[in-house]
Amino acid sequence: MKSFEQEKFWKKWNLTPKEYQKIKEYLQREPNEVELGMYSVMWSEHCSYKNSKPLLKLFPNSAEWVLQGPGENAGIIDIGDDQIIAMKIESHNHPSAIEPFQGAATGIGGIVRDIFAMGARPIALLDSLRFGDFNHPQTQYLYKGVIDGISFYGNCIGVPTVGGETVFSPSYQENILVNVMCVGLARKNDILRAIAKGEGNSVILIGAKTGRDGIGGASFASTELNETSDEDRPAVQIGDPFSEKLLIEACLELRGLDYVVGLQDCGAAGLTSSLCEMASRGDSGLDIELSEVPKREEGMNPFEIMLSESQERMIVVIKKGKEKKIKNIFDKWGLDSAVIGKVTNDGKFTIRDKGEIIADIPAKSLADGVPVCHRKGKRPNILDSVNRLDLSEISQPNDYNQALLQVLGSPNMISKEQIYENYDYMVRNNTVLLPGDDAAILRIKGTKKAIALTTDGNGRYCYLDPLIGGKIAVAEAARNLSCKGSLPRAVTDCLNFGNPEKETIYWQLEESIKGISEACRVLQTPVISGNVSLYNESKGEAIYPTPVIGMVGIIEDYHHICSMAFKNHDDLIVLLGENKEELGGSEYLKVIHHLEKGMPPQIDLLKEQAVQKVCREAIKKELISSAHDCSEGGLAIALAESCIKGKKGAEIDIEGKIRNDALLFGESQSRIILSINPKNLSSLQEIADKYQVPLLLLGYVQGEKLKINRLINIKVSQLEKVWRGTK
Amino acid sequence: MKFGVIQFPGSNCDYDCFYALNDVFKVEVEYIWHKQTDIKGYDGIFLPGGFTYGDYLRVGAIARFSPVMSVVIDYAAAGGLVLGICNGFQILTEAGLLPGALMRNNSLHFICKYTYLKVENNQIPHTYSCKSGQVLKVPIAHGDGNYYIDEHGLSLLIKNNQIVLRYCEENGEVTPKANPNGAVDNIAAICNKEGNVLGMMPHPERCVEDCLGSSDGKYIFNSILNFIKNSKVKL
Repeated sequence: MKSFEQEKFWKKWNLTPKEYQKIKEYLQREPNEVELGMYSVMWSEHCSYKNSKPLLKLFPNSAEWVLQGPGENAGIIDIGDDQIIAMKIESHNHPSAIEPFQGAATGIGGIVRDIFAMGARPIALLDSLRFGDFNHPQTQYLYKGVIDGISFYGNCIGVPTVGGETVFSPSYQENILVNVMCVGLARKNDILRAIAKGEGNSVILIGAKTGRDGIGGASFASTELNETSDEDRPAVQIGDPFSEKLLIEACLELRGLDYVVGLQDCGAAGLTSSLCEMASRGDSGLDIELSEVPKREEGMNPFEIMLSESQERMIVVIKKGKEKKIKNIFDKWGLDSAVIGKVTNDGKFTIRDKGEIIADIPAKSLADGVPVCHRKGKRPNILDSVNRLDLSEISQPNDYNQALLQVLGSPNMISKEQIYENYDYMVRNNTVLLPGDDAAILRIKGTKKAIALTTDGNGRYCYLDPLIGGKIAVAEAARNLSCKGSLPRAVTDCLNFGNPEKETIYWQLEESIKGISEACRVLQTPVISGNVSLYNESKGEAIYPTPVIGMVGIIEDYHHICSMAFKNHDDLIVLLGENKEELGGSEYLKVIHHLEKGMPPQIDLLKEQAVQKVCREAIKKELISSAHDCSEGGLAIALAESCIKGKKGAEIDIEGKIRNDALLFGESQSRIILSINPKNLSSLQEIADKYQVPLLLLGYVQGEKLKINRLINIKVSQLEKVWRGTK
Repeated sequence: MKFGVIQFPGSNCDYDCFYALNDVFKVEVEYIWHKQTDIKGYDGIFLPGGFTYGDYLRVGAIARFSPVMSVVIDYAAAGGLVLGICNGFQILTEAGLLPGALMRNNSLHFICKYTYLKVENNQIPHTYSCKSGQVLKVPIAHGDGNYYIDEHGLSLLIKNNQIVLRYCEENGEVTPKANPNGAVDNIAAICNKEGNVLGMMPHPERCVEDCLGSSDGKYIFNSILNFIKNSKVKL
């Protein structure tokens, strides 16, 4: 084996001197080029979480209904009736910034494979997207590319894209965020694990052939983007959704076969990561022969084969002697399958090329051996001035009608129909509440049950106060689910931050995680899977800290759900919760006053929980006609949306104890707007009293206009035009 | 009564068709793998939606060479009942069982949304139980649904009453605004001259239960089922 201590080389691979020393300790010798490359990708932040590991331990991740927490390809919860839900969210930020179409497309491919690797049928996708300033030409290019990429890949594989969010802010100008969440359904007995064990068992590579695309993608994703990042385009993979579709169907045929030992996605860091993780989970070793790997191009060297991130590939480990049976399944679907090695019991990850040993590494050192970085955070000084907001210096609009139309028509508030119409959100016949509401709802066939899904995260709140922002991300996700009548059950999170080696960024990460953890504890939604995307910065400027919370909730009977649309004239409109004079970090402040300042709204998690309980109980008892989360844009926007969706007007009269702009556009937390038949009001009041939640009568569903106090008087048809962007 | 749903590589509405027939309408149904060359014994054959062969080359262009298609052609020639939905429609035009072609939507984007359809011809098995002029609310989900046929071809379609469904407003008015993809003459579905083969871009199998937002797709399924029940001679 060739010695390879060349400073230039390990620097090029983003390894530190300390890490290099550690590698030598593990190997008891110098690593060679291939080994060094393998350590480099496996020890990148993307694969190893070396910077975030100590913080991720803060997340609560167990509950009676959690069958699989973090550590596998996806988390799993029990939903009763012998069924489970698998879910995970993942980022594909860096590739999408360089090549938006393929970046977004392959992001879907990867997360979908994580789900069916667990033996679950992928049944839903959600996309949480962040772009730069809406009017910037580059934003338009990236935005269209990402939407087209999602549409191209997600539609073809027949998994409905049912929800998500799209937010524009200059903070993401150089670093867009593309986070994709996938949800799968399976019977309990069908769950597969990504494990390699049993000496002599066969390791089979299935799916697409291995090519030179995406080499070093994981390392690339763990550094800051710069002017020359465009040159990294070969590190972006190319997606083939048709192969993925075949791979889904073929792999799901592996369920219930007693000779299948483990199934694993070949994702970031390619064969290196998928193989060593399987071995590490099974306390096994692997002996791999690279000449057996089906290749797309001639002359690929071992280094390239081990690090290729060619898409649409999986690894399956099966009991010895059953190779022919596996081949038959994959032949039927027109997919390659090749035995590339066998399981050993020496704990070594041995790679050969025509018999010659190319790399020989303790599997565990590669998968779990990275020296963890314990860092210290520091609150950025700039927050002292950013958090200061003197409302007496903020002038109130003269014309509130104009102000409402301006906020409603702003890029973050307008209808996202133009986006989600590009996605097939109905395939598989489960979507009972379509995109465009607080959450999507999918029924579970053969039962009365349904699941509700959402993603949430407000980067601006987290920038102003990451602890509060983290709590709100969870609280709002849970509120979205509760508004539809579902009990929030579990979280998958994607932590999008800047360079954690900087104290202030690390502080943001730490505070956000503390906030998320606390909220997850109170709201009983353990974090069962997730992903960390750090180094989202360019030219020294980091994105707003943006934890995205994906959440699933359970509905016992899908007849008991509630949409946001006002349904009946003369229904009462009531507010659960309280309006406070809080304008910090609001859309109103940004759109009307061009300020991103102040403190985000306060949140009391116990009050939040109580509000959600009232709403869920009222929906279950069929008391209410509509429910809508009151969040970004405040009361006025939430009312406008319920009017538009229901094509009905509303007459609102609220006692104004606070500034009019705070009343209409303030983003106080823990509020839900309900409409209700007057005869049900006393029953609702009883429930609200039981949980000590304030109930405020706002007005009636009436006429064709939205009228609020003497401030707002606009036809719903006009609101709709502005909201749909067709004015 | 027994139906067959063809599974091509890349079909993704096969399961939805199967589910609608089996679970909602409670009739016997089987999957037919695309390499199968015997499709005897079925009362109707469904070509489901999806992205056969990834839509590579041209939508439906590769699937039409699947071994099963030659027997589908024979089956149709013998008067067998065939329904192609979305990608199934595209394959039927590529296979020459239906005239015209399906091009990229004029917006150049995939579109998924509910549309309204006017029943223009209720004299074929697939619309047998619909009223003439009835308006159905049925979703579309396609990138290539822009039906094209030249003027001469269109005049033949009209003359032979082969236009079965047109995109319309909620009130049944056929307008340019109601046309989601640029299809010639707002065409959403056409049949062959004999009326036993129907191709339609909208997805009736996606709206057969109230909980899904519309159950108007039932009119298509019930038409087929009723027709078969009532026809004395088995097709």
